[in-house]
Amino acid sequence: MKRFVVKHVAFLLLTLSAVSFLVFTLNEFSPGAVARKILGAYATQEQVDLLTKQMGLDRPVLVRYVEYVKTLASGDLGYSTRFKLPVRDVIFKHLANTALLAAVAFACIVPLSTVLGVVAGMREASRLDRGILMFSTVIASIPEFALGVFLASVFVVWLGWLPGTATLVAGGGWSVAAQLVLPVAVIVLFDSGYVVSMIRASMVEVMQRPYIRTAVLKGLPFRAVILRHALRNAMLTPVTIIMLQINYLIAGVVVVETVFAYPGFGRMILEAALFKDIALIEAGALVAVFLAVVTNILGDLAYRLLDPRIRA
Amino acid sequence: MTDGPLLDVRDLRIAYTTRAGEAVVIPGVSFQLKAGEALGLVGESGCGKSTVALSIVRYLGRAGRITGGSVRFEGRELTTLGEAGLRAIRGRRIAMVYQDPMASLNPVMTVGRQLMEAPMTHEGVSTSAARARALTMLAEVKLADPEAVMDRYPHQLSGGQQQRIVIAMALITGPALLIMDEPTTGLDVTVEAAVLDLVRELRSRHHSAILFISHNLGSIVRVCDRVAVMYRGELVEEGPVRRIFTNPRHPYTRGLLDCLPTLGSDKRQAPLVPIAGQVESALARPQGCGFAGRCGHVETGRCTSRPIPSATVCGEPDHRVVCVRADELPRWTRRRGADVAQEAGGPGEPMVAVQHLTKIYEPRRRRFRGPRRPVRAVSDVDVVAARGRTLAIVGESGCGKSTVAKVLSGLEVATSGKVILDGIEVGALAIDARAAALKRKLQMVFQNPDSTLNPSHTVGYAIGRALRRLRGGAATDAAAGIARLLDVVKLPPAIAARKPRHLSGGEKQRAAIARALAGDPDVIVADEPVSALDVSVQAAIVNLLTEIQAARGATLVFISHDLAVVRYLADTVAVMYLGTVAELGPVERVFAPPYHPYTEALLSAVPVPDPDHAVARILLEGRVPRADEIPRGCPFATRCPRRVGPVCDETPPPVQRFGDHRIACHIPGDELLRLQTALVQPRAVER
Ligand SMILES: Nc1ncnc2c1ncn2[C@@H]1O[C@H](COP(=O)(O)OP(=O)(O)OP(=O)(O)O)[C@@H](O)[C@H]1O
Ligand code: SF4
Ligand code: SF4
Ligand SMILES: [Mg+2]
Repeated sequence: MKRFVVKHVAFLLLTLSAVSFLVFTLNEFSPGAVARKILGAYATQEQVDLLTKQMGLDRPVLVRYVEYVKTLASGDLGYSTRFKLPVRDVIFKHLANTALLAAVAFACIVPLSTVLGVVAGMREASRLDRGILMFSTVIASIPEFALGVFLASVFVVWLGWLPGTATLVAGGGWSVAAQLVLPVAVIVLFDSGYVVSMIRASMVEVMQRPYIRTAVLKGLPFRAVILRHALRNAMLTPVTIIMLQINYLIAGVVVVETVFAYPGFGRMILEAALFKDIALIEAGALVAVFLAVVTNILGDLAYRLLDPRIRA
Repeated sequence: MTDGPLLDVRDLRIAYTTRAGEAVVIPGVSFQLKAGEALGLVGESGCGKSTVALSIVRYLGRAGRITGGSVRFEGRELTTLGEAGLRAIRGRRIAMVYQDPMASLNPVMTVGRQLMEAPMTHEGVSTSAARARALTMLAEVKLADPEAVMDRYPHQLSGGQQQRIVIAMALITGPALLIMDEPTTGLDVTVEAAVLDLVRELRSRHHSAILFISHNLGSIVRVCDRVAVMYRGELVEEGPVRRIFTNPRHPYTRGLLDCLPTLGSDKRQAPLVPIAGQVESALARPQGCGFAGRCGHVETGRCTSRPIPSATVCGEPDHRVVCVRADELPRWTRRRGADVAQEAGGPGEPMVAVQHLTKIYEPRRRRFRGPRRPVRAVSDVDVVAARGRTLAIVGESGCGKSTVAKVLSGLEVATSGKVILDGIEVGALAIDARAAALKRKLQMVFQNPDSTLNPSHTVGYAIGRALRRLRGGAATDAAAGIARLLDVVKLPPAIAARKPRHLSGGEKQRAAIARALAGDPDVIVADEPVSALDVSVQAAIVNLLTEIQAARGATLVFISHDLAVVRYLADTVAVMYLGTVAELGPVERVFAPPYHPYTEALLSAVPVPDPDHAVARILLEGRVPRADEIPRGCPFATRCPRRVGPVCDETPPPVQRFGDHRIACHIPGDELLRLQTALVQPRAVER
């Protein structure tokens, strides 16, 4: 276990430094020097040169990278030109919003997909299985955007039960909880489709294993066969992927955030990119990579807990 | 309860729904099993043994269906029993033991919990009572330290230990019927012998009846009172073990017995007699005898016009056979070895010489797993294969047999030592570093032909490619070359157009051999080439190898764990244990005293399909040490029944030479001879 932690923390640090360097240099070398990006197309060359000097941009890349890392480490992530706020505050706010959305969605996705996947896979080709399989395939193949618009037109436009935007500002007479319903629903439906089919496939395979036959021929009730023998084995393969959903939920739900005007992390990155807000992009990218690596570690950890064969 | 049979199967018909329609796999099977009796079920792969066994507990999967007949168990009809009724019988009155114990145990649940489940479900006993029961059972199946075993996961146990767990799990509720489907297939001979002994012992203690399925006639003899021989879903002969093995009346039963190499026969005496053809499809069943297509005694008309009735063998009321000619056939005699074992004559000129070969596998780093020490798979091995002869390497799994083969063929390179192939040192040359001429000289045949034949190419393509690669030559001669090679391995030319998945196991292995022969190699290295095949197919392949060798003068390096096949095929035998050669010599000397204590144990473990063959069994205690924890002294010291004392643990044994026969042991050769002949036993070779 200690080895596991040490190894993964080392890996995490390594990845982060590699990515920070990459992001840093990419920004440096992308068309138009940093000073030019900051000043815009209409600034004179002199102005650009002056800023370049002021910012110390004429020094070697490596030196500036080290400096950059030092400032990062001190907690100063720079200033966001888009939001006119320190990057730290911008990121923190959006991340918190996204965490709320992700947590609620994740709490729905996991039990829902597990139940559906297991129920479908335990009797392959039964009516229930076919139904669930069809449902999950259809749901997963509808783009998030279309799903969002569809749900919004039903529940907002037609029935008027829910708000069409989720700005998290408790104005307009809608509570935050009500605002969350639609974005969460879209994410859960879209993502569950995929996770359900994963779990179902794994369950179908497990049900054909000889140890399931052993359990059945021991005379165990079907419930016990499923819960005691099949479930844990069936979750082995999907568990890593389930953990990766956290990553998707935080960094990958740009479309949903945009559709519902949700002030989340994904949209923040998008806006930063559109506005060439370098400091924010850099910090955002780092956070995204950090999350990706951490969810990977979580996946591995969960797998280790489920499978005794790989505990050292 | 009733005084009728415990299990009464009558006219049981089973069909599978396949894409081609309904396949009647079992057209009608009847047999009875009395309480406490053991019935063996034999037959080639696919003849329906497992189907019959699983239909008794009604576990046929979605495709399978019982379409007729009855299965009465303890007076109750099972074919129509509801789910609840079945559950009450499964695991309580009828328990099963399967092939491949590792796969039959839940990998993520401790062995203890799996054991406790059945009593807790069926008898509602408390956790602590179930635990106590499980502990008792573990002691009964002779697992050391039951307390510790309870908390293990299946992967932490060896194959033999796992099978003991499965047996304990089956017997824990005291079932009246135990169904064992190939319980020892895939286990090492020594482990198999121990498991079979355990089954015999438990049988006498628990009075469970046993339905024992096996394709190994030798293990049937060890466990069963009666045997039923199955062919194409029908029981063709049934009777007490002794009668079936001494007076088999059905041509199929005779075929099964004749194609089996025994410890007493070798290729210089009588070739094995494979059964002609292969198991025929369950669909398209003929009018008359199902075996007619392969039977040497078939008589058109009598045999083929109408179904053959089951009849009792004259003078043997408990022996039934389904063959119209059963009473006309001459009495069957066991193929026996000639009285004098002939020597192969002279040591011969060395073709492959392995000198002080050592191979150490450096541990590969694995994610999340602890560090591993280097594995010494082969250490200081010295063997020679003479030109045109057969060198066999035997030993339990993990003893380094395959590693030697891999170094020979260049799939691995030697860590130190030499491999001299026809005068050229190749031990350090990986396959890619070998010149084409060198590659041509030596070809390999593997256990699993699927790994050699690319599933997406036809057999002809695979052979043609090998021809071009090894011989050069234009594509035009290829077709002729392919046909010639297929002919050598006795496959019809039409096979060339087929893909591997449309071939049977035996055909695939022949195709793989044909491919290996493409370069007209001087040396063929065959790694367990017949282990995955049915006895009859095995006989055909073994004969084929012998013929090819005789015709082409090729040297054969034959790797196997099956001592009977080795006895039959080899000129020289190397017995390996933990990466070292324990004994080496001409086959007739290795298979006669003095033996190395390990060879002695291996030989005594071989199940012999002859009820009159009584052997004083030497059971090996303990497990094979892992390759990374090899003892300092004699590698065999941790399990050797003849260990002489601390010297065995501390000093590597000297290699004693008796001419071309070598034994690595601290016990002097004449002492070994005295000890081993003192045991009064009809030794296989003297039988
Ligand atoms: N699920 C299935 N669907 C269709 N056919 C099947 C199915 N299972 C088995 N069969 C067919 O039924 C026949 C009998 O198979 P079975 O497994 O009972 O043979 P077996 O004697 O146990 O063979 P082995 O020695 O290989 O275990 C074979 O022809 C096989 O192909
Ligand atoms: S009935 Fe005829 S074909 Fe069938 S086994 Fe007997 S002799 Fe052979
Ligand atoms: S040296 Fe000792 S332990 Fe090794 S085989 Fe001989 S008697 Fe047994
Ligand atoms: Mg079978």
